[in-house]
Amino acid sequence: MIKRTLPILAALAAAVLFAGAPAFGQAKKVKIATEGAYAPWNFTDASGKLAGFEVDLAAELCKRMKVECEVIAQDWDGIIPALNAGKYDAIMAGMSITEKRREVINFSNPYAATPAVMVVLKSSPIAKALPLGDTYSLNKTTPEADKAIAAVKVALKGKAVGAQVSTTHANFLETYLKSEVEIRPYKTTEQHDLDLTAGRIDAALAAMSYWKPLLDKPEGKDMVMVGPSFTGGVFGSGVGIGMRKADGSLLAEFNKAVAEATADGTIKKLSMQWFKFDTTPQ
Amino acid sequence: MDLPFLWNTARELIAGVPLMFQLVSLSLALGLVLATLVALVRLSPWPVLSGVAYGYVYVFRGTPLLVQVFLIYYGLGQFEWIRESFLWIFLRQPYWCAILALTLNTGAYGSEIIRGGLQAVPWGQVEAGRACGMSGWLLFRRITLPIAVRQALPAYGNEMILMVKATSLASIITMLEITGIAQRLISQTYRAIEILLVAGAIYLLINFLLTRAVKALEHWLSPHLRDAPAPVLPNAALVH
Amino acid sequence: MELLSWGDRGWGDELFRATLMTLAVAALAFLIGLVFGTAGAAAKLSRWRVARAAADGYTTVLRGVPDLLVIYLFYFGGSSVLMTIASMFGHTGFIGVDAFTTGAIAIAIINGAYSTEVIRGAVLAVPKGEIEAARAVGMSDALLFRRIMIPQVLRFALPGLGNVWQLALKETALISVTGLVEIMRQSTIASGSTKKPFTFFAAAAVLYLILTTLSTWGFQRAETWSARGVRRA
Repeated sequence: MIKRTLPILAALAAAVLFAGAPAFGQAKKVKIATEGAYAPWNFTDASGKLAGFEVDLAAELCKRMKVECEVIAQDWDGIIPALNAGKYDAIMAGMSITEKRREVINFSNPYAATPAVMVVLKSSPIAKALPLGDTYSLNKTTPEADKAIAAVKVALKGKAVGAQVSTTHANFLETYLKSEVEIRPYKTTEQHDLDLTAGRIDAALAAMSYWKPLLDKPEGKDMVMVGPSFTGGVFGSGVGIGMRKADGSLLAEFNKAVAEATADGTIKKLSMQWFKFDTTPQ
Repeated sequence: MDLPFLWNTARELIAGVPLMFQLVSLSLALGLVLATLVALVRLSPWPVLSGVAYGYVYVFRGTPLLVQVFLIYYGLGQFEWIRESFLWIFLRQPYWCAILALTLNTGAYGSEIIRGGLQAVPWGQVEAGRACGMSGWLLFRRITLPIAVRQALPAYGNEMILMVKATSLASIITMLEITGIAQRLISQTYRAIEILLVAGAIYLLINFLLTRAVKALEHWLSPHLRDAPAPVLPNAALVH
Repeated sequence: MELLSWGDRGWGDELFRATLMTLAVAALAFLIGLVFGTAGAAAKLSRWRVARAAADGYTTVLRGVPDLLVIYLFYFGGSSVLMTIASMFGHTGFIGVDAFTTGAIAIAIINGAYSTEVIRGAVLAVPKGEIEAARAVGMSDALLFRRIMIPQVLRFALPGLGNVWQLALKETALISVTGLVEIMRQSTIASGSTKKPFTFFAAAAVLYLILTTLSTWGFQRAETWSARGVRRA
């Protein structure tokens, strides 16, 4: 009896499994993933909707490409694997173009550029010891950049520093400060802010375009940017749209749209609106 | 299949085993003490205390562990008076937050298991103990406890396995145990599936060994359920 | 408290919708899990050694690996498996599975492992004598299944399935990592944007408690109902 029911049940299980099938592969519509937790690049507002620089920019780019777009939220730490797994077609989530990432996905030309900088609490001794300095490029080793990094090493020795997991910022800490500081990986930047305020970590590293608007808000009133800021090298060459390697035609379309939006000042306008400074790549 | 990659991944992930083992053993040990206290309080005749214990068990069994972890780690940091109290020495470290969340969680589930074990002690055995003149601690130590432990062991073994699995949530609050390292590796190589499969295999192996150990303990604690050694009688064949 | 209010200023309506999402995923996962569980139990009780071994492997693996890993695996691996299957039928290109379907199936598979044990136990609990009696009065396999097995297996399995349902409800919290906006994700979003984590995670805990309390009550009613024909000692 049980023997005979087995195939029927297996068939039933299969039927239920594939009941969700209509959701797979529909008509051409570009799905763009963002994180929804990286204000003002992208975030979720109190009405539950995605908003921010990249959400607006996505709408502009899609208008130029004459395609229908849908922006969806995806946790940062799985954003590249899920792209390659076919969950969506493009990533616009403040993602820097790095060599490492280029090995697994394609990038459009950059639509934003922003240096990375560290933030501490105003009450912290680091705030005094390591005042905000210049921006250095890590594209090649220079004595100036080496000196700047050495100063950071001295000021942060033995401290706990947070960065979002799987970012260029976490990568910088792993590459340059691994032996000096305790690196704490966070799922979102909002979470390292909570821990910075709570005093669990001594500093957090993220993009200047993320910090600037935050420090103007009441939540950021106790925080201050410190030390040198960096671009290039492990930080990559600007922020671009990530796509699957196989999607060559989509890449061409996005590049064209980015070029148009840069040329007509749309990107600058959105950047001033969301970041209060121009992040258009030079 | 990229065997060298899998092998390297496994070696990196195994570096997270000691931390996982610490989290499991410390929270199980603390949780067992808590669970025993809660179980005894719940079986006690004081309604208020027993009500509090019931409330604790109810809340921790009725909510996901992830909520408990977030509430303890991110939630408690919201209050300045906690951040300024001595508690913050512990709560500021993700390690102790993870231990606290896991302990409170296993304490709630464990207390139900222990309560079940204690209630499953046959009344006749206790009466027999009394009849032999035992009472109080002696009765508890010689009769109630051994029987309760034997009754509760299979369920508690399950709880231990659940705790091993639960430590994976510590990765969400910045701890680099097996799952935390796996996520770091994924972020460096983007080879999610292979890394997750290796991590899964490591957990499976740990739980397999744990299951074996609990089974061995059960066997050792249940001599009365084992077959007696075959009697050496000349006419043994006739007995069967 | 204003943070939890209804409308565009507060997060009350978002949390309510997220609760419905949690319920929907949990319910779908539980039902599919029952199918897996029934199949698993049938395999465990079958005479084929291969089926028994497969079912044993299924429950051992799913109960030994953290649920978080299983969900990640499904999220990242689900599509590639589907694409491999689809390419066998000549379909090429990407097949995406949304977070809802992935989450529901991942939890269903985890839950199915628990359901397997519950249903197997319930089948074994049906007294042998009743089955023999049914055969003696000449019932066919189908009739025996319908009249003797199903009613009793359902009754014996009900308390265990109640537990499995509670597990499904709580496991849905883990799907938040795939981006599905259920209770956990909504409270994470809200606490990130308002910097009030305690408020929102406490609200989440309360919502889960409400769901589990209502379920306990519901299953108790169902147990009483299913046991209405049983004489009590």
